[in-house]
Amino acid sequence: MSEAVSALAGSSAHGFVDVTEAGLVGMVTIRGDYGNTEFRDKVATLLGLNVPDQRQMTTGGTDKLLWMSPDELLLVCPHGEADARVGALSAGLSGVHHLAVNVSDARAAFCVKGTASGVREALAKLSPADLRASVLPVGEVRRTRLAQVPAAIWLESEDRAMVVCFRSVAGYVFDLLTQASKPGSEPRYF
Amino acid sequence: MLILKCPYCGVACDETELDAGGEAHLTRHGPGSSDNAFEEYMFMRENPRGVHFERWRHAYGCGKWFHAARNTSTLEVFGTYSAQVIEPPKDIREAISAKVPGWRWRDFA
Repeated sequence: MSEAVSALAGSSAHGFVDVTEAGLVGMVTIRGDYGNTEFRDKVATLLGLNVPDQRQMTTGGTDKLLWMSPDELLLVCPHGEADARVGALSAGLSGVHHLAVNVSDARAAFCVKGTASGVREALAKLSPADLRASVLPVGEVRRTRLAQVPAAIWLESEDRAMVVCFRSVAGYVFDLLTQASKPGSEPRYF
Repeated sequence: MLILKCPYCGVACDETELDAGGEAHLTRHGPGSSDNAFEEYMFMRENPRGVHFERWRHAYGCGKWFHAARNTSTLEVFGTYSAQVIEPPKDIREAISAKVPGWRWRDFA
């Protein structure tokens, strides 16, 4: 099998925050009915992670389970293990209405790292989302728009954010983040 | 700038994160209906100055459709609610009545 490569092969840029393409990240979309306790229980058992509450995420070991919509979860795991996770989910959830797909290679992930205010400011330049700490605390997922494309944002810690977008717009998002974090362009709002 | 709260995500969405879906609570008239009923469904829309009910889609988020009740002249938003209803819920109607006594929109009041 051919060797997997991430969209921008780990490109990075350094401004008032550091923007780095996160390389190969495993991502699995899981869809199903959260109201169905069988679905929730089986997902929790199979992944060892509880189904997160609205806009939240659950973390355990190398994996993260993110709430994306009222019927969609995103599992973030090591790239090489995504297919195994899909296999386990598909087998374990057979008979329960669900969908589990490996979308790792359809997405790009970025890491934005710097000062706490810098990270929020760089993202706030590009998105209409309210990025104040009181509205978007660490560990909460916000799906929004970065300039002209959809993206999901969450803060891993106060000084580190993750951005996930479609792979086809990875170059665009990288350029946006690079431009938004140009030294001297800090809005100093947060 | 219009900010609507997505009832499914609970986030305050900017207008630019949403798709506008036109008037809410239309009754569909398809094959077999009378010409008048079909014309009413297909073409006739409310265009009020004041209380209005609309459909919106959280396009840059969960992708779900929802309903919004708002005032087209003041841009005040009375509330948003699930798309899986055929009429505005009681709490939304009461919120509107508190601000716009005697309001009327199609068959709702």
